[in-house]
Amino acid sequence: MNGRHLEELLFRALMVCSILLVTGTCVLVIGVVFLKGAGSLTPDMLLKGSEGGYYLGRGGGIANAILGSLYLAGGAILIATLLALPVAWFLNQYADKSRLAGMIRFFLDAACGIPSIVYGAVVFLLMVAVGQRASLLWGCITVALFITPLLARAMDEVMQMVPSLIREASYGLGATDFETLLYVVTRQALPGLVTAVLLAFGRGIGDAASVLFTAGYTDRIPVSIMDPVATLPLAIFYQVNTPLAEVQSRAYASGFILLVIVLSSCTVSRILSRRLSKYCIH
Amino acid sequence: MNPIIEFNRFSVAIGGTPVLREISLQIPKNGITVIIGPSGCGKSTFLRSINRLNDLVEGLTYQGTLCIDNRNILDPQQDVTELRRRVGMIAQTPNPLPMSIYDNVSYGPFIHGLRDRGKMDQVVRRSLERVGLWTEVEGRLNDPARNLSVGQQQRLCLARAIANEPEILLCDETTSALDPVSARTIEEELRSLSGDYTILFVTHILRQAKRLADFAIFMYLGEVVEWGPADQLFSNPADPRTRQYLEGVL
Repeated sequence: MNGRHLEELLFRALMVCSILLVTGTCVLVIGVVFLKGAGSLTPDMLLKGSEGGYYLGRGGGIANAILGSLYLAGGAILIATLLALPVAWFLNQYADKSRLAGMIRFFLDAACGIPSIVYGAVVFLLMVAVGQRASLLWGCITVALFITPLLARAMDEVMQMVPSLIREASYGLGATDFETLLYVVTRQALPGLVTAVLLAFGRGIGDAASVLFTAGYTDRIPVSIMDPVATLPLAIFYQVNTPLAEVQSRAYASGFILLVIVLSSCTVSRILSRRLSKYCIH
Repeated sequence: MNPIIEFNRFSVAIGGTPVLREISLQIPKNGITVIIGPSGCGKSTFLRSINRLNDLVEGLTYQGTLCIDNRNILDPQQDVTELRRRVGMIAQTPNPLPMSIYDNVSYGPFIHGLRDRGKMDQVVRRSLERVGLWTEVEGRLNDPARNLSVGQQQRLCLARAIANEPEILLCDETTSALDPVSARTIEEELRSLSGDYTILFVTHILRQAKRLADFAIFMYLGEVVEWGPADQLFSNPADPRTRQYLEGVL
């Protein structure tokens, strides 16, 4: 066997090792969470909020955190999408390849690198300054701020993939910039845009640090956007380290449900993007 | 001659580098005007000036005038979207929009304000009939345009341009990505359209140029070397460079 064949073999082995390690870790995490969490799942766990205090109360379940997280991430993704789409549009249609676009992209990349706890702290300072308490609204705002740069950059990347031939066809028929953007570029990029939104939703719903100071935590299900709200990541954070087995099991169940939500949003994004690409040009 | 397009000392530069130099010529109304010349001689830039698609190129500047029906389309007051409705374009490779067959054809009329569904159906049908595609796609108008064969896609692009009711059609090597049979079909469609439309056809295939042309323009290194009725230019060129090109020397 000569050196080149040995090299081939060595690097292949390296690749296989990496893949096994990465997928193995993922399977391990999912396995542990499912084993621990599935056992804790009872109808009460899913249908009732925690009772008698989330840290020491033995009764009830995690309905407060499930609904809270869905409200919070739902609101956040709505705000983030409304903010990120115009940014991505602007970057692609009006500023593409200009210095301004380069600066905005750099800025967004930097914003993506800021840890979510920093967003949480900054919004908390703002809340204190204007005399606001932790609530669903402020939680939504913080998560939205934290996922908007991620979402805008992902959308930007997807739209940059739209072939220039397609844009040209639209301009050639007499379309304006915005018509081209709306009917052609966004249409072609739609599968990718939907994937970006659902992945950002997954990021948002799983983040604990950004909501730590801003959304609060409570046994109750919020009835107003000014109420504090429980979330699944914080349900794990607050409940996994108690001495009480019943409370701990709420943390495991929270992890399980969180994982189910994230995996479902991945699956939905796959299915949707396949459906939506029916008309796309390759 | 009854010219519809008139270039007068028309020049184009990109970032200060001249691409087209001092072009002055007239293109007659209706019929097929073929533009020939070696690669990189500025044929595409010449063509894309007429619907101002060149505006998309960064750092591109025009000089001189370019008139359609005696109106200078380089005028800053010119509505580019209306110009592009009147001057349709069919690209080198078929470029269907990411939509259904129906929506591809209705896109132009839609953005130019047609909202009546019944009228739109008629426009779509007439345009597809005009390029001989109607019978092939009648039952599947809602299918993605990308499912059509490449030749059909190019005819769809032609139908899409026609749906805008243009006066001028710009064809940039429109058949070069197609198989010979599809190319022949497109040529025949263009021939049949040439009674009602002014068609400008860029090609570097001489035989095709001779087959199609009523009027011909020979370009070389960003200049128009010679222009005139096709039989005269092909059989008895005035400029030695045209002669050399036709003989395959240049």
